[in-house]
Amino acid sequence: MSNSLAAQSAETVDAPSTGFVLSASDLTRRYGEGDTAVDALRGVSLDVPKGQLTAVMGPSGSGKSTLMHILAGLDKPTSGKVTIAGTEISKLSDSDLTRLRRRNIGFIFQFFNLLPMLTAEENILLPLSIAGVKPEREWVDQLVDRMGLANRRTHRPSELSGGQQQRVAIGRALVSRPTIVFADEPTGNLDSKTSGEILEVLNRSVQELEQTIVMVTHEARAAAIADRVLFIADGLIVRESKDLSAHEIVEEMEQLDNA
Amino acid sequence: MTRFALKALLGRKLRTVLSAFAIVLGVATVSGTYVLTDSIDKAFGSIFTESRNGSDAVISGKAAFDLAQGTGVTAPAFNESLLQKVRALPDVRVADGSVNGEAQLIGKDGKAIVYGGAPNLGFSIARGNSPFNPLSLVEGSWPKHNEVVIDKSTAGKEHFRIGQIVGVQAVGSVQRLRLSGIVKFGSVSTIGGATLSGFDLPTAQRLFGKPGKLDEIAVASAPNVGTNQLLQQIRTVLPADTQVRTGQGQAHEDSKDTNSFISFLQKFLLGFGGVALFVGSFVIANSLSITIAQRTRELATLRTLGASRRQLLRSIIIEALAIGILAAVIGLFAGLALAKGLFALFDTVGFTLPNNGLTFETRTVVVSLAVGIIVTLLASLRPALRATRVPPIAAVREGATLPESRYARFRLPASALLTALGFGGLLWGLFAPGLGTAGILLFMLGGALLVFIGISLLSVRLVTPLAGALGWPATKIGGTAGTLARENAQRNPQRTASTASALMIGLALVTLVTMLAAGIISSFRGSVNEIWKNADYAITAQNNFSPIPVAAADAVAKTPGVLAVGNVRAGEALAFGKRINTTAVNPPASQMFNLDWQQGSGAILSNLGDDGAFVDKGYAKSHHLELGSPVPLTFPDGSRELFNVEGIFAPPTGGSPFGSVTISAAAFDRHVDAPQNLYSFVLMKGGQSPANAAALDRTLKNFPNAKVATRQKFIDNQISGLSSVLNILYVLLALSVIVSLFGIVNTLVLTVFERTREIGMLRAIGMTRRQVRRMIRHESVITALIGATIGIALGIVLAALLIARVDFIVLSVPVGQLIIFGIAAIFVGIIAAIFPARRAARLNVLEALQYE
Repeated sequence: MSNSLAAQSAETVDAPSTGFVLSASDLTRRYGEGDTAVDALRGVSLDVPKGQLTAVMGPSGSGKSTLMHILAGLDKPTSGKVTIAGTEISKLSDSDLTRLRRRNIGFIFQFFNLLPMLTAEENILLPLSIAGVKPEREWVDQLVDRMGLANRRTHRPSELSGGQQQRVAIGRALVSRPTIVFADEPTGNLDSKTSGEILEVLNRSVQELEQTIVMVTHEARAAAIADRVLFIADGLIVRESKDLSAHEIVEEMEQLDNA
Repeated sequence: MTRFALKALLGRKLRTVLSAFAIVLGVATVSGTYVLTDSIDKAFGSIFTESRNGSDAVISGKAAFDLAQGTGVTAPAFNESLLQKVRALPDVRVADGSVNGEAQLIGKDGKAIVYGGAPNLGFSIARGNSPFNPLSLVEGSWPKHNEVVIDKSTAGKEHFRIGQIVGVQAVGSVQRLRLSGIVKFGSVSTIGGATLSGFDLPTAQRLFGKPGKLDEIAVASAPNVGTNQLLQQIRTVLPADTQVRTGQGQAHEDSKDTNSFISFLQKFLLGFGGVALFVGSFVIANSLSITIAQRTRELATLRTLGASRRQLLRSIIIEALAIGILAAVIGLFAGLALAKGLFALFDTVGFTLPNNGLTFETRTVVVSLAVGIIVTLLASLRPALRATRVPPIAAVREGATLPESRYARFRLPASALLTALGFGGLLWGLFAPGLGTAGILLFMLGGALLVFIGISLLSVRLVTPLAGALGWPATKIGGTAGTLARENAQRNPQRTASTASALMIGLALVTLVTMLAAGIISSFRGSVNEIWKNADYAITAQNNFSPIPVAAADAVAKTPGVLAVGNVRAGEALAFGKRINTTAVNPPASQMFNLDWQQGSGAILSNLGDDGAFVDKGYAKSHHLELGSPVPLTFPDGSRELFNVEGIFAPPTGGSPFGSVTISAAAFDRHVDAPQNLYSFVLMKGGQSPANAAALDRTLKNFPNAKVATRQKFIDNQISGLSSVLNILYVLLALSVIVSLFGIVNTLVLTVFERTREIGMLRAIGMTRRQVRRMIRHESVITALIGATIGIALGIVLAALLIARVDFIVLSVPVGQLIIFGIAAIFVGIIAAIFPARRAARLNVLEALQYE
């Protein structure tokens, strides 16, 4: 088990010849029924290339969170399909989905979602411990260093600042070298200085570790570090841009709001 | 994951300890029961073994049939000439004869010395150096004619000194004997509250009314003679009314009575441990459920990190396992303390139990740990399954609720079905023909369990209306705080119902017991009032149930002013191949008793003569007896006689003092060694008056074990025995109520924690600490009252079912007591709220609002 995880993820990542680790086509999501039904997604298709940071931006209520939940297999689409690392996930059973999460998916949450009774290092190692995989000491040490937590290993979340907590959470998302990491408003609960640090950590993870990340955010500054930004409004992707500055993103968003 | 589960527990120490405590009490009761009964058993065992240590064989009188245990009816004594024959046998080295019986010592205040229900043992001591004598002399010398030796503990407590005159009473009036010595029994530190008195053989024979007779011969064999050989040889000289056993065999026989008492005590106490554990399982299940609801986000996060449903299930079960182990271990040792406390408790109420030090058997450890852990695990199953339904998306969604289980819509019908099955089982156990005792108990127990579980599930539906009604006073007294309390109690019916259910079980059982007791008391009162005719006074033993010497009634008859004394003697006989209770009356009884005669009339009581008998209706029916039918009775001494039915009476609901067959006292006395009266009833010139009562008291001075009572007093005395049993039951049931109290505390603590932000908001908009405390307190009281209401109602229903089955109890609802239980429930609620309310009031407003 211990040796296979990294190998398997590598294998599944390389498998699709398209170079995309995630593909979604014609996703719709309808909540409720009849007159009160709300269409959160109205036909979204997208591909996420390997080793890039893709940002999904949109005003609140645009459907960006719903999109991420569906892409990550937390929610099921009303129609359409999602493929992660070559596996169509909307038809998977709970146990197959669990297996997929262990191998291929990492999560970063707005509210960190750390376990309060575990130390920073234990939190980081949790996905491996759940999967029953023995951690590679070298990799873990490197990861802890990268997150700037070398002297915080034995602290509990309550003893850490918000930024430190989010770095623990990022470490936790990266530790199993997943095919793709989903970050849900990772800076939404942080002040602007700390947000900058976190964005830097995410950026370096993509640059140096070739980690694929999909990030949902409504902050222009966060989206600015992305290789690619998808603008979503009223349940549809309305624009896709590459390498935009924060300033340009703000303008885009204003246009969307006015539309 | 295991480490994670354990860390989760450590992270919630308060909750873990509170939950564990619910199981601790139950386990402690189980372990304490075993320690207590094992210790008593061992102490008694050594008493019985030591008293037979020197005996290779013991010859004793033999009854014509097996006597019932513990009724005080003993085998008849045999002729002492047998002793010479036994001594003459070649293989016999030593043989000594003895008589024994109940012997009351009279204290300096002139009253009989009795410690609780412990026996007052009197016996003859052949000689001090007899190999069969288990006593050793502490002081003074062995008794000679008209002398007595007394055990050290009694002598110490009563300040008896050697040389003084001590009153001793057995079957006759008080005898005044010189105290020659103080003795100690073997190595046992205390023989409980029993008193010992030893006499020389002739004095003992006189005291016990067995002149020229012996109860036992103890035999030691000559060297190199096997026990079997000895027994063989003894049997050649044994008359028919005697038997011989090995010393060990006799010790075993001696211990039968106490063994059945100990085994009863054990089952009785274990039953209450079981109830406490059952209630505890509700508390555990509920607090696990609440924590799981509160940890939804955490569990969902674990799912997003790749944890499978099975892993979550396992982690919750491991948590429960850890709580179970913790609780079971604490409970096991708390049981030791409990046993010690019980010994002390029995001691202070005067019922000293024999104690050679606490016995801690392996079985105690195994059973206590096993039940504690298994009960906790079973209780965790439902919450653990709930945990598996937490969807991963709850990690990112605020306020996500658990999805309804696939089976949710079957919950109501399933609970109703469970309840119906439970009542079905109960009814089947109560009314189905041909079930054995085990079958009846099994159906009733299983039925009751299902009823409790079913009702607790159904009570989810009752919470909202009940909280509305029971919370109404809170809204009036408590203002806004009270109104909010009522809303809070209704907010999560599932949680309120589970919390209240724990209390419901305890109160249902308390109500059941109270209803049965009220029924027994009221039917007993009715019976006495119906049967009691002209008598002015009744004479009973001090303890209201022991037989009293016939000599007492004879002395009363000679008291100035006494017109007549009607006696009821009680014994056993064999009739139609079965052992039955027989009673006997003397002719004046016809003036004392008013019976409902189906055939014959009250005049029969004074005309039974040598061969007349009357029987109760039920016995007559089952043996097809009519007037003139012969009833053959075989007495314990082996004599057989025919009696003719001269009357058939219907006993009142509450029973009568008469057994299945009643004969005349004269006929009875011909077959019974030392006859004794169960009750005597006295008719006096001038009726009840202080002078008459004083005259009777004077006469009974010589019979310190007897006392006089008017009709009202007689009823009260008889009921007082029941009251003390009732009080013991209440104390034991209080255990499960305490467990449920912890359940309420636990729920409230968790609820306060959950509503931190809300309470902070209420404080921020002007609610005072006092109002916060009041809000929590009212919610607690409403929850407790819901439990009490359902519990009391269920208790009444269960009692009505039982009473419908049992002939001798009438249904009566003790309204006053039930109201007291309701008030007690309010106090339970108030006490349970103290700690959680204080925590809630102490919340820092600012922190509470920022609390994420």
